Amino acid sequence: MSETLTSALPGAEYEGFVTVREAGLQGMITLRGDLGSKALAKAVTKATGCALPAQRQITTEGDHALAWMSPDEVLILCPHDKAPALVETLSEALAGEFATLANVSDARAVFRLSGAGWRDALAKICPVDFAPLGPGDLRRTRAAQVAAAILVDGAEEVRVICFRSVAQYMFDLLKTAAAPGSEPALYR
Amino acid sequence: MSHRLAQGGRLIDRNAPRKFTFNGKHMTGFAGDTLAASLLANGQTLLGRSFKYHRPRGVVAAGAEEPNALVGLGKGDRFEPNQRATTTELFDGLVAESQNHWPSLDFDVLALNNLVPQFLTAGFYYKTFLQPRAFWKHVYEPIIRRSAGLGKAPSEKARDPDRYEQIYGFCDVLVIGGGIAGLQAALTAAQSGARVALWEQTAHWGGRAPVDGVEIDGKPADDWVKATVETLEAMENVQLRLRCMGAGVHDHGYVLGYERLTDHAPESDAPRHRLWRMRAGQIITATGAIERPLSFAGNDIPGVMLASAMRDYVVNYAVAPGRDVVVVTNNDDAYRTAIALRKAGVGVQAVVDARAEATGALPEAARAHGIRVLTGKGIRKVKGGKRVTGVEICRIDSKGTAHTDVFSCDAVAMSGGWSPVVHLWSHCGGKLTWDEAGSYFRPDPDRPPLGNDGKGFVRVCGSADGEMGAVLANAHEAGKNASEAAGFKTKNMKPAQDAAAPEAPMEPVWMMPRKAEYDLRMKMWLDFQNDVKVSDIQLAAREGYQSVEHAKRYTTLGMATDQGKLSNINGLAVLSDALGQPIPATGTTTFRPPYTPISIGAIAGEARGPIFQPLRRSPLHDWHAANGADWEPVGQWRRPYTYRRAGETRDQAVNREVKNARENVALLDASTLGKILVSGPDAGRFMDMLYTNMMSNLKPGKCRYGLMCNENGFLMDDGVVARLDEQSFLVHTTSGGADHVHGWMEDWLQCEWWDWKVHTVNLTEQFAQIAVVGPKARTLLERLGGMDLSPETLPFMAWADGQIGGFDTRVFRISFSGELSFEIAVPASQGRAFWDRLTAEGADMGIMPYGTEALHILRAEKGFIMIGDETDGTVIPQDLGLNWAISKKKTDFLGKRGMEREAMIDPMRWKLVGLETLDGSVLPHGALAVRPGKNANGQAITEGRVTSTYFSATLGRGIAMGLVERGPERMGEEITFAGDGDKHIKARIVDPVVYDKEGAKQNV
Repeated sequence: MSETLTSALPGAEYEGFVTVREAGLQGMITLRGDLGSKALAKAVTKATGCALPAQRQITTEGDHALAWMSPDEVLILCPHDKAPALVETLSEALAGEFATLANVSDARAVFRLSGAGWRDALAKICPVDFAPLGPGDLRRTRAAQVAAAILVDGAEEVRVICFRSVAQYMFDLLKTAAAPGSEPALYR
Repeated sequence: MSHRLAQGGRLIDRNAPRKFTFNGKHMTGFAGDTLAASLLANGQTLLGRSFKYHRPRGVVAAGAEEPNALVGLGKGDRFEPNQRATTTELFDGLVAESQNHWPSLDFDVLALNNLVPQFLTAGFYYKTFLQPRAFWKHVYEPIIRRSAGLGKAPSEKARDPDRYEQIYGFCDVLVIGGGIAGLQAALTAAQSGARVALWEQTAHWGGRAPVDGVEIDGKPADDWVKATVETLEAMENVQLRLRCMGAGVHDHGYVLGYERLTDHAPESDAPRHRLWRMRAGQIITATGAIERPLSFAGNDIPGVMLASAMRDYVVNYAVAPGRDVVVVTNNDDAYRTAIALRKAGVGVQAVVDARAEATGALPEAARAHGIRVLTGKGIRKVKGGKRVTGVEICRIDSKGTAHTDVFSCDAVAMSGGWSPVVHLWSHCGGKLTWDEAGSYFRPDPDRPPLGNDGKGFVRVCGSADGEMGAVLANAHEAGKNASEAAGFKTKNMKPAQDAAAPEAPMEPVWMMPRKAEYDLRMKMWLDFQNDVKVSDIQLAAREGYQSVEHAKRYTTLGMATDQGKLSNINGLAVLSDALGQPIPATGTTTFRPPYTPISIGAIAGEARGPIFQPLRRSPLHDWHAANGADWEPVGQWRRPYTYRRAGETRDQAVNREVKNARENVALLDASTLGKILVSGPDAGRFMDMLYTNMMSNLKPGKCRYGLMCNENGFLMDDGVVARLDEQSFLVHTTSGGADHVHGWMEDWLQCEWWDWKVHTVNLTEQFAQIAVVGPKARTLLERLGGMDLSPETLPFMAWADGQIGGFDTRVFRISFSGELSFEIAVPASQGRAFWDRLTAEGADMGIMPYGTEALHILRAEKGFIMIGDETDGTVIPQDLGLNWAISKKKTDFLGKRGMEREAMIDPMRWKLVGLETLDGSVLPHGALAVRPGKNANGQAITEGRVTSTYFSATLGRGIAMGLVERGPERMGEEITFAGDGDKHIKARIVDPVVYDKEGAKQNV
């Protein structure tokens, strides 16, 4: 099957004052449940290797990560082809819990922003104070007119996640925000 | 005549000439000039014609407050009207033209208005609008349209080629205004460690202190400004922005800033304007003060300027406003202008001072420069037409019937005192107090704009605070208090010491001379831009306009693009005088953002062209685009309306698609349908509340159609629910309703039934959903193989997971077309490959896709309703004959109570029926059914309307559905629909289902 799988905007790339690249397929699982539950934490950590993240945080272990989404929701990141099996594993482990799992790997598009100016680019489209954000942080916000999640992977590397249907809008938006000559020099 | 001086000019670079044109005339200025400065340097004092009277007008001010010097800037796509020459930085190739004159600036026919000024007095529009009516339309309006107004609008074909953007900023302390007060406040705040932003609307730091000869720590202000800016620039926690105006202060420390990045450098590839959306913990406004004109006859003639502006032009740009100047004042500050002019070698005929005596340090210094000073006098009138030729002087307390002195001069500098710029303080509710000594409103520190904690979040410093002398101590205090309020500790630092010459008290003069007669008063301009005079305000007062807000609107005082920056205080002083009450009793009009006009481009920001709004694309979008899709917007989605083939009309394509679906096999991209997972121990209970029918008893593996109503009982959404397992349901919604329904669910779960154990997850975009429709649908899918799709294993209204052709599928046996139909969901990443596979395998069967219009026709033939067609927010399920889908067993569901209200059970309600025209034609969409006679309002009596109407390729005639009064009881009756004009169309009431009533075709 894998040769026919397509992400939202395969190969999209733009070199501005930050580089924007579509990141390809990313396994994602929505888990809703009581994040304070020890049983849930244990099951998730066992399946992913990651500890449950604190508010607006990401925890990473190898090719798995957990991203805090809301007080009762985490997003599990994993390789795209492992997502269905991981849903199975977790469903069994959480059988007695009030928890909901859904494979949402194909519902999203992911863009990778590289460069020191990522805060300056995103400040034009997201109503977020990016100064305190560093690696391991996450913000759910909006980018202009669509919902977005921002995952900070490194000092000069972030991912922006949006719904798949608006991938082209998001890419065009990021291109506009990162256009050379428009550096606002806000964050330094 | 105005001209460039041989020496001086602190802001210009004489080695960098800049070429520009004004009304096609080639002129040269210098880098650092404003357009106004370079026009004056070229001897161009006449810059435009006034709004109503077409009087000649020239530059009055040197900054944002300028009312007169408005020009059209740029050409073609970049043309912009009403740009202030005083805030336009000169660049090579600038093109400017004057405004509101016909046929030319020098010779203006409509200046005739000026000869009969009684014609356009206050309230003219309101009065003439009343009687005679016909006069307004045929006489006044054409004249006014020609004569009134400022710049012309850009061409409707113009497309702005520049880029604009917005940006979200955050800081602890925002200082607005980069004069010495703002710099000091920012420095104090920054040294506390707070995040500080400092905005200055002009291209230069330091404000007017360097021009006014202020000394700081014993040195010229410029030295301190330079050092302070360097200090601030080196601090990590400080953001400095020039050419950035604080446009508006809003609740919660939200401030709009207007940054003009490339207006002065149009060749740059940076965005032209940037709109700052700043969240500031604390705000300091250091916006300075604006000098007031004096109201004397002829105070609008080109060559009459504010005294402060005149010295700005001399000191900053080395531009002399004339060869011989008369200065008229009621205060000491204007003597600075006289001295600056004299030092620059410009002739100063006299300083005319309204005060009985002038013995302060500045008047004495002026006298020491050999300048003649007249006291107790004022200007009777300015002589001249297109430019000042002289002034007549009279005693200040006289009626002005006779003059005492006459001066020949070509420029007049006027100063009526200063008014703090309180706009930003006032935007969010800061109150003002009247300062008797300075005759101005100043911010009342006890009544600031209040934040969510009930404490003030805006502070004012410098002359904006009414501090007209030394300001740095006051600014330091503001910086300290603001950073402490933001949670920072300030260092024990001392502010710099600023010193300027001491000034004797001013004396208010609201009309010059004080007892001026009517012929003088009707030549005294208050609002230059809207052509409002002292006599207009007085007339308004006589006619009973006591509220300042009413008088403003009646006379249009302060309603032009400058929002009365010069006229406000003078106008309300005249009004107060006419009403016989003190000025504070009259009060001010409301200050509203933006401080000066901002571009529409900045407001639109990035939202233009392809990213004007998000366009949602299904996983199959590119295929549709490549295969002739005619797009239709559905919410933010684009769906194919039909797929046109070469040589086909849209209607032909639709009819082909309908027939193919009925006879063959067809594909529909249904990916846009909402898909929401509802899961948890209480999911069944929740579903029973959401839907009008019973959902909790649906068996896993089965599907059921359901209706969702809002609390009022009105139909909101519909769709098929699949029960996934004991605890989980998959809710299908309409394409446009998915986000709303998801939000609706979360609203109930989070706010009302927070203790119910239910989760929702919006899975809409996880799947590509493809409907395989038509008598040959099963045959096609069996070719791909992998699943048993026989009616025994997968009967109508069942679903199953499995693999078809190697794809991960979930197959729903549901039909919105009335045909054998499989709706197949695959993960979105497999969607395109699955679609390609289906089209390839079905090629020899004549497979084709169909669009939304064919979908609509297929469902209408089956009498299926469509949310948004048969419903409009006022329709309950019972109106649509959907009583079968309303549970009588359930004790409650959303909308149950609503649909029991009296109006909802009225037997006269319009209800759904089918409509068949007698001639087989297609009814117009939305047509109303009319009955003979008229209602009480003389309108036709209506008894129904068309909700869906199509040409049915299956039946070869028009079909329609509509809501008709007692419709279902009137089967077979003929009713009349109103067509275009007087046309009436007869239609028969029939069953809405016109195709396969028993459902045999879908259930095979």
